[in-house]
Amino acid sequence: MAEPARAKPKPTPETQHFWDGTAAGELRLQRCDACAHVYFPPRPFCPSCASRKVSVFKASGKAKLYSYVINHRPAAPGFTPPYAIAVVELDEGPRMMSNILDCPQTPEALVLDMKLEVAFEKLDDKITLPQFRPAKG
Amino acid sequence: MRRNQVAVVGAAETTELGIIPNMSQIQLHADAALNAIADAGLKLSDIDGIATAVETPQQIAHYLGIKPTWVDGTSVGGCSFMLHVRHAAAAIEAGLCKTVLITHAESGKSMIGKLPRSTPPDSLNGQFESPFGVFGPPSMFPIPVLRYMKTHGITHEQIAMVAVVQREWAAKNPRATMKAPITVEDVLNSKMIAYPFRILQCCLVTDGGGALILTSADRAKDFPNKPVYILGTGESVETPMVSQMETFNSSRAFKTAGPLAFKEAGISHGDVDHLMIYDAFAHLPLFGLGDLGFMPHEETGKFIADGNTRPGGKLPLNTNGGGLSYMHSGMYGMYALQESVRQMRGIAPAQVKDAKISVCHGVGGMFAASGTIIFTNEK
Repeated sequence: MAEPARAKPKPTPETQHFWDGTAAGELRLQRCDACAHVYFPPRPFCPSCASRKVSVFKASGKAKLYSYVINHRPAAPGFTPPYAIAVVELDEGPRMMSNILDCPQTPEALVLDMKLEVAFEKLDDKITLPQFRPAKG
Repeated sequence: MRRNQVAVVGAAETTELGIIPNMSQIQLHADAALNAIADAGLKLSDIDGIATAVETPQQIAHYLGIKPTWVDGTSVGGCSFMLHVRHAAAAIEAGLCKTVLITHAESGKSMIGKLPRSTPPDSLNGQFESPFGVFGPPSMFPIPVLRYMKTHGITHEQIAMVAVVQREWAAKNPRATMKAPITVEDVLNSKMIAYPFRILQCCLVTDGGGALILTSADRAKDFPNKPVYILGTGESVETPMVSQMETFNSSRAFKTAGPLAFKEAGISHGDVDHLMIYDAFAHLPLFGLGDLGFMPHEETGKFIADGNTRPGGKLPLNTNGGGLSYMHSGMYGMYALQESVRQMRGIAPAQVKDAKISVCHGVGGMFAASGTIIFTNEK
């Protein structure tokens, strides 16, 4: 029997552009055309000023480590503990939950405010997850 | 809402707390409710308002045989019962009903007749949190801790002291699940759950329930037990996604609900004799002390580590032992309220001498919601 798989997102009409973006290798955010507020998670209106005129744009993919836990138990299906569950702060402002790849999952290696860059992990033809790794250079 | 217009006239927990393998979740509700109705010296037919969370009000009303004319099913996590108290007080004052029963119960350990909790993959949490390995509150609630510690200069030892001090309170309480003394070293060497938190910094998982009965203050003197008045209340919600909190340096929901209650009560922090801050995990009392305005966040860790909240300290906090040592069936807010009522009645196992004002602060979800109730035994 196959190992239980990690929880897989199911896009909705309001979030489809985000998941289309990750599949295409882009981290897409939204910006309000009226007040310039940049926000996440996706929705077709601005949560700051309620304008429905909003645009999707490609984010830089640059971020820093805001906070995290290193989960030991119980582990989520599809994960081998210990693994870090991180919240990263994008250069554009919004924060999002993610994981940190190419880095030991230890308090010594995971330093708050360390610079990160987006990486994409393909789960299947429809879903690619945004992940982050320590920024090069 | 005006002060002291509504009072708690009945309060009780389930007959047993801890592991209760011979009762389903709905029967735990009924057990607590019947105990509270007996405590108030009432009949079932006297109850005309009902509030509960997770289980629906219609489920509990029908099971108990109550025919309500006022209903509240606010379900925002473990502080739902603080919100029920606030809503019930407003409803009684507005004349919508006379006598409200608020129930909580959860078969959190034995899992008998417990409704499943699930996160649909097309919900926002299912799309933007679940895929990254969150799995239950221990993997989510502590996510802000490292940022909070860095910003405010809080140490691992100070947060460990939260568990140590609450065990001191629990040792005085015959109904507490965990009573053996622990040290900071014990906490920091206990089993790792989700760094930076170890098992002694995470709440217990037990079965149990509790119920409250509220009525107007002018009727309250007719009841067998000392009435406990509602002096001030507050509530708020922020976000169901811990990753989307405005900041990890404080809780917006706490900062909204707490000051609302203090303002309504017309009291200052120095007036508080007894304090409950829902401690699902060990960082919550620090957030609570800071966000309710008792002191700057920078001082919260030292305040607890210096012993100010332990038995004999100047601000007795979580005097039943808290979610960390007393019990935690999943939605602990009801047990915090029960302890505040016991302290105001003067019957708590670890009674704070001459306590006249008790602040009871709850959290729902992972900082998703908050409710604050301020009680007094003086009208």
